[in-house]
Amino acid sequence: MGYEITLLTTMGISILFALSLNLITGFCGQISLGHAAFLGIGAYASALSTKAGAPFFLAVLFAMAFAGIIGVVVGLASLRVRADFLAITTMGVGFLFVGIVRQQDALGGELGISGIPDTGLSRPAFMVLTLILAAIAAALSIYIKRAWMGRVFAGIAEDEDTMRVLGIDAPSYKLAAFAIGTALAGVAGALYAHHLKFIGPESFGFVESITVLSMVVVGGIGSVAGVAIAAALLSVLPAWFQIIGDYKLLVYGGLLFLMMRFAPGGLAGIFASAMQSRNRTTNRGKP
Amino acid sequence: MTKPLLKVSDATVRFGGLTAVDHVSFEVNEGELLGLIGPNGAGKTTALRAVTGVVQLSSGSVELDGQRIDHLSIDRRIRKGLSLSQQLVKPLRDMTLLENVVLAAGYNKTASPLKALVNVDDAAERKIAQAMLDKVGIGPLANQKPAIQPLGILKRLELARALALQPKLFLLDEPLAGLNSKEARDLASTIVELNKSGMTIVLIEHNLGEVIRVCQRLVVLDNGRKIADGEPRGVMNNSEVRAAYLGGDVVAEKGGVHASY
Ligand SMILES: Nc1ncnc2c1ncn2[C@@H]1O[C@H](COP(=O)(O)OP(=O)(O)OP(=O)(O)O)[C@@H](O)[C@H]1O
Ligand SMILES: [Mg+2]
Repeated sequence: MGYEITLLTTMGISILFALSLNLITGFCGQISLGHAAFLGIGAYASALSTKAGAPFFLAVLFAMAFAGIIGVVVGLASLRVRADFLAITTMGVGFLFVGIVRQQDALGGELGISGIPDTGLSRPAFMVLTLILAAIAAALSIYIKRAWMGRVFAGIAEDEDTMRVLGIDAPSYKLAAFAIGTALAGVAGALYAHHLKFIGPESFGFVESITVLSMVVVGGIGSVAGVAIAAALLSVLPAWFQIIGDYKLLVYGGLLFLMMRFAPGGLAGIFASAMQSRNRTTNRGKP
Repeated sequence: MTKPLLKVSDATVRFGGLTAVDHVSFEVNEGELLGLIGPNGAGKTTALRAVTGVVQLSSGSVELDGQRIDHLSIDRRIRKGLSLSQQLVKPLRDMTLLENVVLAAGYNKTASPLKALVNVDDAAERKIAQAMLDKVGIGPLANQKPAIQPLGILKRLELARALALQPKLFLLDEPLAGLNSKEARDLASTIVELNKSGMTIVLIEHNLGEVIRVCQRLVVLDNGRKIADGEPRGVMNNSEVRAAYLGGDVVAEKGGVHASY
């Protein structure tokens, strides 16, 4: 039982984290190669808060706000430049985050932060909270997709210059996507820290950023259900297959490359075209 | 007295060593349908792009309704009442024709990310979008994707989308190119109707027959410089304008003006 609870909690955190990147990369087309830094910012912000005596729920809110604010700052510095610039900047932010945390004794340095206080929730209750937050992130994603914001995001993802000629303030929209996405990553970070009770700089590095990007791409860029499923599956693989844990960058990086090369629509795309060809055959069968 | 809605003063645009627009000044009066013509590479597209902010002025100024707009971003200028139907069509290929136009028609709901976040309903915009597609004659294709459409359809989609912004000043860059003569004539008539309903329009067009038929005034560019400005017949009789269209293959049958030598 304890094993299943841990597994589901891990899945929930991964789904939340992947959906947060999906808002930025999937919906709005802005590639981030350093998204794990925002998971880390949320994890450290919340862990330091609860260690200082703050209640868990407040720590989660603080993690969300703090990650979102850093997200806005990074966004302001890079989103006004061309799209591919964000990939480079965020990768830089990812390395910077790990570099800073390693050097700062106040942040635990190389050793990380251990003994993160109990949340006051039982393990099953924590699992339920995690799953509820993941579901809220999914619902928010679906809502955004249906709202005018989703339409504009899709347009920006495809052709930013054309959107500007249609009167769209593209930089503000990209910033909004980045703010929402990084804030949600902050929430995922808070859950991560209080689930494991221990965090260290290496949990939020380049490998993790590639891992979460591969979840988004495997699921199907922009597809909420696809990304959630891919995140759930890919997050438990390392637990089941030791070898994957040992060669994470190779496995997830390779997966990322293979999907982009052979199935750019991801699982959602494969599913959609399977449904389409099935419908075609059924229709043909009709008199 | 009609007052100028758009005033371009001493505008210059350089691309590296090339001066695409060279100290050009012209005005567009409220309610006018102005033709902006000139041979290939004259700088017409660049001049309109400088008005919308797609390219930056090296010097000079652009005023809309008496206000300087040349320091504003593209989207801010569009929201002041400009709209540009581009020469090179750029449909959003993942969306249907209708969705393309809906996006433009929702300009009030997309004014800021916050507005776009709280607004979901699009019934009104769909209605407007369908009306715009009908107006340019491609209503029945509303639910098709742009990828499989011929250029003539895409040109009209571009026009419908730009129109859905309900501009004060409508900038049209070769809307008739790629259409057959009947389609061109129909669309030119649609443009005249829009103008009659009060919309101020600048029309770039190589189809001189239609230009002379529909425009009240012409501005002629050549090599980035303005070489003529005035009533169509007079302009087409101007010897510098004739020389610019050297070769004389451009014959303005409709106005009875022949530029052939
Ligand atoms: N982005 C750009 N970079 C460099 N040169 C450019 C650019 N855009 C246009 N030009 C050059 O500027 C000049 C004017 O081009 P422009 O497209 O404005 O002409 P045009 O009058 O619209 O011609 P056409 O009738 O063929 O559309 C041309 O010599 C063109 O090659
Ligand atoms: Mg042109």
